[in-house]
This record gives sequence, C-alpha cells and structure tokens, in this order.
Amino acid sequence: MIKPMVTSQPKPSWVIFSQNKGAMIGLVVLLLILLMALIGPWIAPYDPAHQFNSKVLIPPIWDSAGDFQYFLGTDDLGRDMLSRLLYGARLSLQLTFVVVLIAALVGVMIGAAAAFINPTLRSLLMRIMDLLLSFPSLLLAIAIVAIIGPGLPNAIYAVIIVLIPQFVRITQSSISEELNKDYVMAAKLDGAKRLRLLTHHVWPNIVPALIVQLTFSFSTALLDIAALGFLGLGAQPPMAEWGTMLSESRAFIQFAPWTMTLPGLAIFMTVLSINLVGDGVRDALDPRLNR
Amino acid sequence: MIDKSNENNDLMINRSLNRDTYWPTTLLMSLAALICCSCTSDNSQNKRSQKDLLVYCSEGSPDSFNPQLVTSGTSYDATANIIYNQLVTYKPGTTEIAPSLAESWEISADGLRYTFNLRDDVPFHGSQIFTPSRTLNADDVLFSFNRQRLSDHPYHGISGGRYPYFTAQSMGQLIKDIRKTGEHQVEFVLTRPESPFLSILATPFASILSAEYAKQLNRLRQPEWIDSKPIGTGPFRFERYEPDAYIRYKRFDDYFSENKRVKNLVFAITPDAAMRFARFSAGECDVMSYPLPVHLRVAQKNDLEVVQTPGLNVAYWAFNTEKPPFHDAKVRQALTMAVDREAILQTVYDRQATQATNPIPPSSWAYNNSISKVTYSKRKAMELLKEAGYENGFSIDIWAMPIQRAYNPNARKMAEMIQQDLADINVDARIITYEWGTFLSRLSQGLHHSVLLGWNADNADPNNFFSPLLSCNSAISGNNYAKWCNNQFDELILKGRTSSEQDERKQYYLKAQEIFKREAPWLTIAHANNSVLVQPEVSGMMVSPIGNINFEGVTLEQQSVDSGTQGVTP
Amino acid sequence: MFATLLKQLSTLVISLLGLTVLTFILSLQSETPVHQFQSDHVVVQYFEYLQFLLNGDWGTSSIHKRSVLKDFLQHFPATIELIVFAMVLAVTAGLGLGILASTRRGGWLDNTLMTSSLVGYSMPIFWWGMLLVLLFSLTLGWTPVAGRIDFAYDIEPYTRFMLIDTLLHHNQYGFAAFLNALHHLILPAVTLSTIPMAIVARMTRSSLLAVLKSEYIRTARSKGISKQRIIWVHALRNALQPILTIGGVQISIIMSGVIITEYIFAWPGIGKWLLEAVSRRDFATIQGGVLALSIIVIAFNLALDFIGIYLNPRLRRPS
Repeated sequence: MIKPMVTSQPKPSWVIFSQNKGAMIGLVVLLLILLMALIGPWIAPYDPAHQFNSKVLIPPIWDSAGDFQYFLGTDDLGRDMLSRLLYGARLSLQLTFVVVLIAALVGVMIGAAAAFINPTLRSLLMRIMDLLLSFPSLLLAIAIVAIIGPGLPNAIYAVIIVLIPQFVRITQSSISEELNKDYVMAAKLDGAKRLRLLTHHVWPNIVPALIVQLTFSFSTALLDIAALGFLGLGAQPPMAEWGTMLSESRAFIQFAPWTMTLPGLAIFMTVLSINLVGDGVRDALDPRLNR
Repeated sequence: MIDKSNENNDLMINRSLNRDTYWPTTLLMSLAALICCSCTSDNSQNKRSQKDLLVYCSEGSPDSFNPQLVTSGTSYDATANIIYNQLVTYKPGTTEIAPSLAESWEISADGLRYTFNLRDDVPFHGSQIFTPSRTLNADDVLFSFNRQRLSDHPYHGISGGRYPYFTAQSMGQLIKDIRKTGEHQVEFVLTRPESPFLSILATPFASILSAEYAKQLNRLRQPEWIDSKPIGTGPFRFERYEPDAYIRYKRFDDYFSENKRVKNLVFAITPDAAMRFARFSAGECDVMSYPLPVHLRVAQKNDLEVVQTPGLNVAYWAFNTEKPPFHDAKVRQALTMAVDREAILQTVYDRQATQATNPIPPSSWAYNNSISKVTYSKRKAMELLKEAGYENGFSIDIWAMPIQRAYNPNARKMAEMIQQDLADINVDARIITYEWGTFLSRLSQGLHHSVLLGWNADNADPNNFFSPLLSCNSAISGNNYAKWCNNQFDELILKGRTSSEQDERKQYYLKAQEIFKREAPWLTIAHANNSVLVQPEVSGMMVSPIGNINFEGVTLEQQSVDSGTQGVTP
Repeated sequence: MFATLLKQLSTLVISLLGLTVLTFILSLQSETPVHQFQSDHVVVQYFEYLQFLLNGDWGTSSIHKRSVLKDFLQHFPATIELIVFAMVLAVTAGLGLGILASTRRGGWLDNTLMTSSLVGYSMPIFWWGMLLVLLFSLTLGWTPVAGRIDFAYDIEPYTRFMLIDTLLHHNQYGFAAFLNALHHLILPAVTLSTIPMAIVARMTRSSLLAVLKSEYIRTARSKGISKQRIIWVHALRNALQPILTIGGVQISIIMSGVIITEYIFAWPGIGKWLLEAVSRRDFATIQGGVLALSIIVIAFNLALDFIGIYLNPRLRRPS
C-alpha cells in the first residue's frame, strides 16, 4: 500500500510547538520558574542566609504547626525555606545557563574545526568524543573533581567537560553531512571561501539540531550540578543551591520532610518543564529527529 | 479510498491487539508479585534477640584491625575493647584506672620504673589458622610494644611500619627499656618521670597481641595477617569483615572475665548519620553511634533511650597568635566576648553539651572551678577593640573543620553564627573550609587566622589536653593551632606532667588555666556529651567519657509477646 | 566485516589509552606514591604505569593498605547484583508498559503511561530515592532502610552475590534468607531502574507503533498470522533494534545512577567505595576504581556493538 502523501505546506515551527499541549505547559512552568529566579531577591521575604535562631524547623503553612511568617517553613538553622528556594533558583539557573553556554560554544568550535581538519585527526578526535560520550557523566565528573578538588567552580568545570562532546558530535556530523551535499560541492567548485560556506550554507542547517541539543543540555547540566552538590562535591553549604540543600536535609528526612521535598520538587519541576519544552522544540524544529 | 483502508487496517490491528494486552499485563503482574512476595518480612528485632545478636550501627570502616597502626576512633572502636585488652583499663563509664591484663603494678619512688604483674589465666582467641598453646605471658607484652618501639624488630616493618600514635606521643623517647622480669611480670623503664603513664597504657595503641600467633604467621609466611586477621584476648573474637558493609564478631567463651556478653555482635557500617538514624528508628540496629544533636532531641521526645555521659573533649575557636591582629591578647579577649555561645549551644549542640570555660572539661580532677566564664557583651568587646586600636574593625578568616565530630557536630554552622556575631563589632569574617586532609596540612603551615576545631582526649589525664594542644613544642609541630607559646604556662604544664603527686600536679594545672584565661589563645566553646542511642531491649550499655565503645556487660533481653514491661537484667 | 572489526579494535585501543592517561594523572595526585617509578620523566613513567597495570599491580589504598584490585573485586558483586536486578526490572516493566501503551494508543492508559514515563525520565534520582525511603521504609515500614540482608542470617560470602550466597546457605535457612536479600534489593533497584524503565517504555511504544504501521506487518496480518505471534515475534523483534542501540546510553545512565543509589541506600558497592575514596582523597583507590569501572563500560559498549552487528547485517558495513 502507498503511504499517504503530504501535500500541504509544512507548518511554521512555532505553530507546531504551540499545538503541543505538554510543551506549552512546560513552557509556562519554565517561564514562571525563570521569573521567580529573576525577581527572587525582590520577592524573597528574608535574606536566605539569615538564621532565626528561635524558629528552627518550622513546617510550611499547610501544616498545623506552620507559621505564616515562614510560608514554606524553615530549615535546621532557622533559615526561611522560601527565600532559600528563590535564591536557589537564581543560583541553579544561572549556573546551568553559564555551563551550557560555555559547553555549547566550546563544543561547536571544536566540532566546526573538526569538520575541516585532516580525516585521520578528525577520526581520532571523534573517537575521543565518543569515549567521553559513552562515559558515565557522573563518574567522569567525580574523576575530574577528584583531581582538581571539590567545590562549586570545579564542579562547574567538570559538568562543562561532560557536556562538550555532545555539541562537538552534532556540529561535526551536521557540517560533514552538509559538506557532502551536492550544492556545497558545487559551491566549493565555484571557489567560495570556506568561512562563507560555513556561515551562509552550513550554519543555518545545523541550528535546529543545536537548539534541540541545547535544551536537553539544560536539564542534564541542572541535574549534574545538583547531583554533585548532593554528593558534597559541588556547591558547599551555606550556599542556597538546590542539590546542596537536599543533601543537608537528609539528616531531617524523618521529622522535617519539607526540607527534603521542597528543593527536590524545585529541581524536578525545572527538569520536567525543560524536558517538555525540549520535546516540543524537537518535534517542531526537526521532524526527522522525532522518534 | 486509500486513506480509508489504511485507517480500517489500523483500527483492526488495534482492536485485535487490545484483546492481547493480557500478555504484557501478565508480565507486569508477575513482576509485581515477585516484588511483593519478598515484602513479607517478619520482625527482624525479634529474630535477632532469638539469636542473641546485637547490631551496632557504626560510623565507618576501620582502617586496620590493629589499633597500633591507626589513630582513628572508628578503628579503635572496632578493635581496642572488642578484640583486645590492655594492661590496664578504665572502670566502665569512668576515667578511673582499673586492672585488666595486669592484675597489679608497682611504681618506683623516682617514677621511672613500672612493674606489672600479669594475670596467668588469660587465653587468646583461636582461629582456623591458629590454635594457641599457652595463655598470656610477658612475651606477648614485649612483642606488642617492641614491634612499635624497635626498628630492628622482625614485625616492625610489617603493614607499612608506621605507628602514628606511638610516634605522636614520643613513646620511643619516653620508654628506655621493657624487661621481662618473670613469666608473668614485665618492667617498663622510663627516661623521665611521666605521671600520665598509666593512662597512656590504657589507650588503644597499647593493646596486647599474641607473640605466639606472630610466630605461627611467620611460619605461614603471612606476617601481615596479624593486622587483618586479628587474634587477641578480648571479649569477642573476630569472625569476618566485609569492607564498607559489616564486621561480625562472636563471643569469646573462654574470656578471662565473667562479664555477660551477647553471642553475636555485628558492626553495621553506616557512615551517613541520617541513614544511621533511619536504620535505628526502623529497628535495623540496636545501638547507634554518634547521633546528631537533633536525633537526640527526637529520641528523647519519643522516649527512646539515650545513653549519655559528659565527654572528655572540648570544642574551641583558636586564634593564630602569630598573625596580626591576634598577636594582641586584647583583641583575642574582645573576640571571645563578642560571641554568643548560648546560641551556639542551642543551635549547634541542641543543648547536648555544656559551655566550656577552661580547656579541660569539669569532670577532670585538675579543673579550675574558680575561673568564671567569659560574659557575652558586644559593648565590652568594642571597648577592648578600641583600646587595642582596632575601633574600625578588621577582616579575618574563620576556618571551619569540614567533618562532623561529637565535640563539634557542625563547625560550619558554628562559623556562620560567629560570622554574624562578629559583623556587629565591625569584624568582617570569611568562612574557609577544605577537605579534611588538606585542611589539616594547611593548618599546620599556619595559613589560617583562626580555626574552629576540637579535641577528644585519648586518655583521662589532663596532660592529654595541655601538652598536645597548648605547649610550645606542639606549636612548632603538633596540634597547637593557636601557635601559642607562653613560657610560664609551658613550665607549669611540664611540671604538672613530671611530678608524681596528684595534689601537687593539680596546683600547677590550676595556675596554668588562669594564664590560659588571661591570654585567651582560644575561645573555649563547649564540652559535648558522648552519646549513643539504644533500643529498649538492650541493657548494660555504657558510654565512656573518652568515647571508645565497649560491649562488655551488654545484653539483650528476650522480648516475650505477652509482657510489655522491660525486666531487670538477671 | 574485517574493516568493522579493525575499527572497533582501534576504538578500543584509543579508549584505553585515553582512560589510562586520566587515571595516571589521578594516581599522580596521591601524596604517598601509588607506584614506585624508575624514571623521573613523566612520559616514561606513564609507560611504567601501564606496565604496572598489566602486571595486576593497581596500587594499594593509602588509607587502609588493601590492594585496590582486590578491594574492587570485593565491592563489585554488590554493584553488579543491583545493576542486573534493576536492568531486569527496567526492561521487563519497560517493555510491558510500552506494549500496553502502544496497544491502547491515544487512550487514557497510553496517556497516563507516557506522562508518567516523562515524569520518570525527569526524576532527579537522588531525590526519588529519598522519597522512596521516606515512604516505604520510614513511614510504611514495608522495606528495609539499608544493607543487603538482615544480620540474623550469617551469610558466608562465597560469591559475594547475596542472592546466590543465600541460596548456597539453603541448608541452613531455607529460602528465608534469599527472600530477605531480595527484600533488601527491591527499593534500591526500583530507584535505579526508574529512568531506564521510562526510556525503554517510550522507545518500545514508539518503535512498536512504527513497526505495526509498516507494510511488513500488514502483509503478515493479511497472511493470517496470529496476533500474538505478530506482536511478540515480528513486531517486537524489529522494535528491539533501537532499544539495543541506546543500550550504551543506558549503561552510562545506570552507572551514574548506581553511584547515587549506593550513596542513598548505603549499598556496599563500587559507587560508595569510590565516593568514600574521593572524600578521603585516597587516590590509589580513585584511580583504580575509575579505571575498572570505565573498562567495564567500554567492554559493555563493545559487546553491544558486536551484538548490533550480529543482529543487523546492514550495520556490518561502516556508514
């Protein structure tokens, strides 16, 4: 039997995206979280580091023992959970943003360079990237942190290194694919310069794949930074970083579960909404990638 | 047309498949069944008491099963009072010296000769590779000390050849000779009088190993097994160790003492305090080590048993007296007044500690009661700073130890509180912390302004606080992180160490504490209680002020179904 | 075929070289040297290092003086047991859910399953584990908090696979010990299997849907082959292909996950051993642990590649 032919014009990407219910919900939630992170310092009721010594481990207001002054309760040092979560959003998202941006920049540059170097070198480079890709990201991060020592900056370097290979791979394979196409071959014969070739012909064609990768890297980076914080290898207390807050809360899991559930929920919601948006972006930009 | 038939076909397949969903459903159901069939657990606590098995949730893996080779409390706990005995010991729960392997001893008038008379009825453990042919005698004592002392001893180089505690206490210089003066008699000859010597011999590094076992291992060409397959005289014999999981001991039925013990003892290694408490509250262990202050509060609220004793320890904030502005005693005093220690006691210790005034805890016989505690007053602190010429304030580092200890459960939290207090007197503090090994090595280099640290005594003698923490020698190479060297103070503690009369010693130490208070090289913060959590069916559990765990005399009561009352141990 | 083999082999060599450079750097961080080198030159030292590794000398822990390789082998079975159990859980449950969802495409069951798989996929595993402990161990008391078996069972570690060892003690305890070990295994395994399960379920569903739509299946249907046979033999076999190809990603997710899971459940395996070594700066152990774990990952990927080549002749030609 013959497959039905698609005769209508392809819809613009944003239309496809906006018709995706999950993606839209994800986008709204993500924007809300971003807004919180942006205006956090102004709407946070207290300084996230300030300790109300007499108000230790107060539950959130929906608990009968809750206190309306501390909307989401306090932690073991009497610090306001809501304020810490808001500042945490700012910190976590900022870090994630920087990490992904640097990783993408470096990755794209290496990938673009790789597409033009001599094939033996390229295949060697790509093997190394494959190795890094197949490597468990957390194991790699732990190995890196072990060499350069624990702490937030080092954890960030580790996560950047973990993220780079994805970008290298996508850039290199997309460029190579484009370079092998007939029109590029023809352009080359015309004597167009390589840079021009790259910016005018190749680049527009790899942007969609990069954007998709970028979105998913956000969730990976956020999770990895939080995981390192949780394992005590990343951000150190008293920093209001979600993973670190989660790890500090372990001691109180039985009698102050909100110190554990709230930062975890924040991480989860952020990752979930990024993934929803990522799915939507992927479907909208590149139907070929849709599995 | 084509499209329609497609749809039909699709629908057909879907419809027919729906009937077959029972396949994956069956798969999922059987999976769920597999999970649930193992969910039926019977009460593990009951099961344990039937086997006379006591599970202790311990805080880490031991580094070695020979306490001579290590300095960590975790390794001492797993060995010193379980597998081994020392010549002398502390009466359970106290700091009083009592006979153990030595039933009596004499000290010569000049304080240079200690003669110990050993018990002649002390058997060693046996194992698959070793059957002892004799009971303990003087050779075993000689072997245990000479291995650490003499570099030409055949066992000296085994397992790395380093004896950190022996070296740190300069025992090599102190002990001139050890002689066998009879089958069951040994004599220690010292180079100088050392009144804390008996206390020192009660510490884990002075555990007695079997010389006969060493010979046997030589024959087997496996000398290093002496440290990994331990043989001792203690109340329990070592059975098995699975690294990071558990240690299993069995009761040594021929033990020389009549003390009651459980038949099986397991150390369930659980490094994370939260996890330890979770295991304890779920009934997976009978005794839990190093509860956090918040656990104690919850336990007390829920009528769980907390066994507690004031510990021989101190938490302090040391000022690096070599670095300005801390070379000025006035600045140091001012800072001691600026910190609200009550709040620290409340928040960090959850009231499971007493505020510290002197470097030694009140339970010590050398404690100076006439020294009054520093009163918290930011106004006075400001005045003092003004007198010293620092009215505009300054910036300092506070180094906070990165690990949790009973005496300092959360140095970082403490540092944050001090930071807030200091901000009020215009002192800007930055909190610094490194991973523990790096932290210590940088401290010894004196890179810090001030540091939050603590000390747990290894033996009950007051000298164990003064010499290692505050003497001039220890400022050069040791634990004197205030880098404080006061000649008058140093002379007093040296006299306190060498004179043999306790009353005389006390006078020296009382004076030394006055100088300490005046010079304020530290802010003394707290003396924490040593505590363990204990399930109701456990009886006889005691905690030592020094902190070493001991399971002699600990028993489990059979929990009968009908009686809910906790009986008294028979 | 020969060219593919050669390519695989060269990948293996490059991987191992890169890896040993990393672990060599790690071993140099140690304060007490992990290996005694003859030469002062770093490059020569690296080759000496390789020689040490080949001779089975992976160094000795600077903390407790045990051989790193021996330590690794002691901790490894616990990890393998957890991973295998979690994998079995993930694949069976994931396949089941995926098939279920694909047969009810568009229905509420499909929607629910796919939403929960997205939720599962986005779950931070360290939080998920804590939630499970809080609910099942601490609140409901259904599962143990930590450990591999109740200490009332004195299990001699013959193989160090608790499930096997408990069966070997059958004379002593019957099946009670085995069930108890299983009981201890469940919560960590569920934690670890959540993400892979979500991935497998999604992939099964989408590839099944794709295959079911294909002409090949339609033809089979029209030939009157039974429905069960179609889904189990024809459709599923084709659908398994993409699942297998992401197996490499899976193992890397599982390996990262197992480190966190062991940390949460105090599971005495490689992850906990490695984290402990990092916190105590025991570089001999870190170096050996990273090396050993990576070799396993590389070997697993290699095996997957070969299975892929074996199953699919089209892949035998390099692309």
